[in-house]
Amino acid sequence: MNRLFLKGVKHGIPIALGYLSVSFTFGMKAVGDGLTWAQAVLISMTNVTSAGQFAGLPLMLAQASLIEAALTQFIINLRYALMGVSLSQKLDRSMTTPHRMCFSFCNTDEIFAVASSQPEKVSKWYLYGLMSTPWLGWALGTLLGAVAGQLLPVFFRSALGIAIYGMFLAIILPPARREHPVRVVVLIAVGLSLCFRYIPGLNQLSSGFVIIICAVVASTMGALLFPVKEDEA
Amino acid sequence: MSWSDFFPYLLVMAGVTYLIRMLPLTVFRREIRSVFVKSFLHYVPYAVLGAMTFPDVLYSTDSLWTALAGLVVAIIMAWRGRSLLTVAIGACLAVAAAQGVMLLL
Repeated sequence: MNRLFLKGVKHGIPIALGYLSVSFTFGMKAVGDGLTWAQAVLISMTNVTSAGQFAGLPLMLAQASLIEAALTQFIINLRYALMGVSLSQKLDRSMTTPHRMCFSFCNTDEIFAVASSQPEKVSKWYLYGLMSTPWLGWALGTLLGAVAGQLLPVFFRSALGIAIYGMFLAIILPPARREHPVRVVVLIAVGLSLCFRYIPGLNQLSSGFVIIICAVVASTMGALLFPVKEDEA
Repeated sequence: MSWSDFFPYLLVMAGVTYLIRMLPLTVFRREIRSVFVKSFLHYVPYAVLGAMTFPDVLYSTDSLWTALAGLVVAIIMAWRGRSLLTVAIGACLAVAAAQGVMLLL
């Protein structure tokens, strides 16, 4: 048990380091926009989703409808459903239903990527180790950003604001380079997003719904134009 | 933000996110058959992140010019397949450098 747990912890350390900078930005932004540090940390401890948290923040602050908040999280985080299905094929017999229910709480893009890249089936101890360091990093980074972020000079705060987008680009560009369909889907989504921002009338729509519309339209067109063959997804 | 305003959002966001992660892994153990649904799900993350990045990345720093500098560096590094952390730090450093240059000008 210990050996597998430690192996997971070790594999989680680079993820945790990456999370520190991004969650620091989240904590800083959340407090700057009007949440308390405890609220910011509580969001990170319970959600553990960068894109979802950054999208949820303005909705919360604008007191948007709870339906819009729920739909936004649903669409932005829908990818986790696919990852869950995919990862369910990699779990060994120690992953009984209660353990699946515990682990899935922390199944982020990066944890999923590392777990799926293991040559053998993964056990509960490995997965618990793998989720522990990134979860701590995510919560700790948020706390540091929330408490110390406002103390940083504007110069540093401004520079950190781009960190999350750097991470997003690092996730989408390598597959967009390799796969023509992904490139087309990303371009459609970006094009629509630009329209919703700059075309008068269209720019009245709130940010949550814009992301939902862009994602649904672009992914539907991708699925119609370039159906994914077996074993590719 | 007051705690009474805050809690409904926290519960909704955390609850929806958890259910999306938990249900497929726990309840739904069979494979998805529909090629359309599988393909749709395959493209969703890229579409979401693309729409979240543009044009918001341009307004993520103090000025359009420093954001552009960070964006260009991030695109080049990400295109070359650098890790998440490396690209994020590279983009921040590029913004910091651009800010330094603008102060001098």
